[in-house]
Amino acid sequence: MTGAETVYETDALIGQDIEAYLEQHRHKTMLRFITCGSVDDGKSTLIGRLLYDSKMIFKDQLASLEADSRKMGTQGENIDFALLVDGLAAEREQGITIDVAYRFFATEERKFIVADTPGHEQYTRNMVTGASTADLAVILVDARQGILTQTRRHSYLVHLLGIRHIVLAVNKMDLVDYDQAVFDQIVTDYEAFATEIGIKDFTPIPISGLAGDNIASKSDATKWYTGTTLIQHLETVEVDANTAGEKPFRMPVQWVNRPNLDFRGFSGLISSGKIRTGDNVRIVPSGRNTTIKSIVTQDGTLSEAVAGQSVTLTFNDEIDCSRGDVVALAESPPASADRFEATLVWMSEHPMVPRRGYWLKIGTQTVSASVQPPKYQIGINTLEHLAAKTLDLNAIGVCTFSTDNPITFEPYASSKTLGGFVLIDKMSNNTVAAGMINFSLRRAHNIHWQAADVDREAHASLKDQQPKVLWFTGLSGSGKSTIANEVEKRLHAMGKHTFLLDGDNVRHGLNKDLGFTDTDRIENIRRIGEVAKLMTDAGLIVLTAFISPFRSERQMVREMMPDDEFVEIHIDTPLDVAEARDVKGLYKKAREGTLKNFTGIDSPYEAPEDPQIRIDTTTLPADEAAEKIISVIFDN
Amino acid sequence: MTLTHLQRIEAESIHIMREVVAEAENPVMLYSIGKDSAAMLHVAKKAFYPGPPPFPLLHVDTTWKFKDMYALREKAAADAGMKLIVHKNSDAEAQGINPFDHGSLHTDMWKTEGLKQALDLHGFDAAFGGARRDEEKSRAKERVFSFRTASHRWEPKNQRPELWNLYNARKTKGESIRVFPMSNWTELDIWQYIHLENIEIVPLYFAASRPTLERDGLLLMVDDERFRFAEGEKPEMRSIRFRTLGCYPLTGAVESNATTLPEVIQEMLLTTTSERQGRAIDHDAAASMEKKKQEGYF
Repeated sequence: MTGAETVYETDALIGQDIEAYLEQHRHKTMLRFITCGSVDDGKSTLIGRLLYDSKMIFKDQLASLEADSRKMGTQGENIDFALLVDGLAAEREQGITIDVAYRFFATEERKFIVADTPGHEQYTRNMVTGASTADLAVILVDARQGILTQTRRHSYLVHLLGIRHIVLAVNKMDLVDYDQAVFDQIVTDYEAFATEIGIKDFTPIPISGLAGDNIASKSDATKWYTGTTLIQHLETVEVDANTAGEKPFRMPVQWVNRPNLDFRGFSGLISSGKIRTGDNVRIVPSGRNTTIKSIVTQDGTLSEAVAGQSVTLTFNDEIDCSRGDVVALAESPPASADRFEATLVWMSEHPMVPRRGYWLKIGTQTVSASVQPPKYQIGINTLEHLAAKTLDLNAIGVCTFSTDNPITFEPYASSKTLGGFVLIDKMSNNTVAAGMINFSLRRAHNIHWQAADVDREAHASLKDQQPKVLWFTGLSGSGKSTIANEVEKRLHAMGKHTFLLDGDNVRHGLNKDLGFTDTDRIENIRRIGEVAKLMTDAGLIVLTAFISPFRSERQMVREMMPDDEFVEIHIDTPLDVAEARDVKGLYKKAREGTLKNFTGIDSPYEAPEDPQIRIDTTTLPADEAAEKIISVIFDN
Repeated sequence: MTLTHLQRIEAESIHIMREVVAEAENPVMLYSIGKDSAAMLHVAKKAFYPGPPPFPLLHVDTTWKFKDMYALREKAAADAGMKLIVHKNSDAEAQGINPFDHGSLHTDMWKTEGLKQALDLHGFDAAFGGARRDEEKSRAKERVFSFRTASHRWEPKNQRPELWNLYNARKTKGESIRVFPMSNWTELDIWQYIHLENIEIVPLYFAASRPTLERDGLLLMVDDERFRFAEGEKPEMRSIRFRTLGCYPLTGAVESNATTLPEVIQEMLLTTTSERQGRAIDHDAAASMEKKKQEGYF
């Protein structure tokens, strides 16, 4: 035992001057960290050592520990620290910890919360859970074993969860005679791997959890080691909560505090930045700006509050703001979007069901989300990208997902609060996955909403109509423009405010830079969708007549609109009929090869599987088709 | 500005309480009148200031608490502007269940069953409790949001992962949640907070000369005339205080001269036995707390 007695001098202070001790304790900061490794690496022994050295083990616990050690321990007559930190009865018998346990200890400088999680691959979800709240990770390596597969896995996971401080604790140095060469080789090996996965920095420390070397005090046995002890490092490393104060201000609104008619405050935990009375803020996603009137706490109004504080804000303007909104620095607010790429960790025994609706909770927002099949799964031992159709328990994969309402977000790398989410099964209500947003898929949503006093409801109500998009799709020459034109004439006669978008007024202006490759066709439809959406915001009934050959783009446009505003109309004319009509002579050119990428000839047309309206032009003339469309729309 | 650990855990507890109020239909705060409850109630007042906490306090009464505890109970609720619900298990009352004759059945009937009855009676779907993870080995793994089946059972294998500070409060009809907003506080944190924030606690936490009796290794206080003496037993005045408060015939005192909070904290830090040793309930098997929890004890 090299260090146990020399450590925490606070003990003396407690006896001599309790007031001074309390003053010191009061000013301690807090660090949360996770220990990664298996029982074989001496993880439980290390944690037991930290608790023991900091007097967090009481005499009665020690007595029961000694009794247990003799009965079930693996250390002969010595104390088996592993027994101290194992919790549930079933686990103790199996000799493995199968959950996340949180332990507490303190030194003169800091209070520590340790997340203790099992290291086996089948407990990946537990490690991810423990890592989610940690500022630092201690990766334990057995000096006799060196870097193992599990070392890589643990390192990958803590890096994935965004932990910036990594300690490589080379343990059991006593069993390799405190040999510097062994330590140096392990550090070199680890460095190569760490660089490969993007870990920029780590702190290697040679230790012995059992003997106490370099835990709380410098070991005489490792004179060649010039760095800090583990405790010194834990005491001085910068805590994320402090650096969060330098980022732009964000506070997800948890709850609106309205105890009486005179007070209306917005309560939440500041996730980043700082806020002062008078600061300009923007409510996202509504986009309204206001200024901070007061920062209310029971301890008095504050002139300033920082990340990590729970406060209640009042505004100088009466504006809409509720749970799920984010109060943000007006000059640099977060974006809102509804399609994302994310890395998912699956945590349920029931595998992911692609495209099923799950509840998604992020910050204080809860929406319905649909996850696409994984782009790939990550082999967490090899870090290879593997093909996958779903994700099973403990699997990690990269997926895209869409939400039914836009969410206010930031990439996980910038904000754990606005970038980290959980998925909840709608039937069982269980938490089935954790996710980290990599980026949003729609550039357009990065433009902040400009809130207008005259909103879309106001536009529509003045026109006394419900805005709609009548989306005509079909082959070239199928009759889309003809029928759409007939429909618009009827709507106009009914006093409706309409607008027809077709190739003539779009291809020659807005989209004249686009050709007919697949990429350009997709962009063509995307722009038309956005224009149609703006027009519905203006209260119009919009008719669009474009081939729009791909299902996924029509779906994309559908998802931009409220559910009942998008009407897909398939003008179903067989290719031979359309080609026989060939009004513009285009089929002839395509057949001759002078016109490339022509839908139906050398570019595919994906017919709608379930359109709201299907018009068979071989049996229905244009005016009857128009009547049918009108009746369907207004009968619904 | 660097926040201290107390500021951070206080903010975390406030965040948890607000999440529950935002997502649960009918929350309640379990109030046991002890120091942990006092600290939790104080945090709740801060969380919802300037209004009062938007839920009632529930005390599951065993009728055997210390007199000083009953006195503070009414005052604390009134000071917070909160409704106080006191529930007594009428079956236990009818059967005359008491700590002298019925041992662990007393705790089971009054406390465990009483709590289930009260939650069912009022239809509470979320109940705040003051338990901390540092109290006991099986609690180190307890979630902040702990789910209970419709029959109030705790299934250790069926608890939800809790990541970041995202809490999934969704539940199926009949299920309820026990929420532990003080999970990450230690005993020292609680004492320090009471000291710094000047929170009123039951005077029994401070040393005074009180009538006592030593029995089965516990130092008991004779709090009222219901105390049953064995032959030859006689109360003796000792300077004692309590580290934890429960039913007085089941709660062991420690001999002490600590009459101020700093002195109490000093003794706590220098002592070498853990807090729960003063409770008769934990002296069974090592896994007893886990077993009690599965049955619905808080």
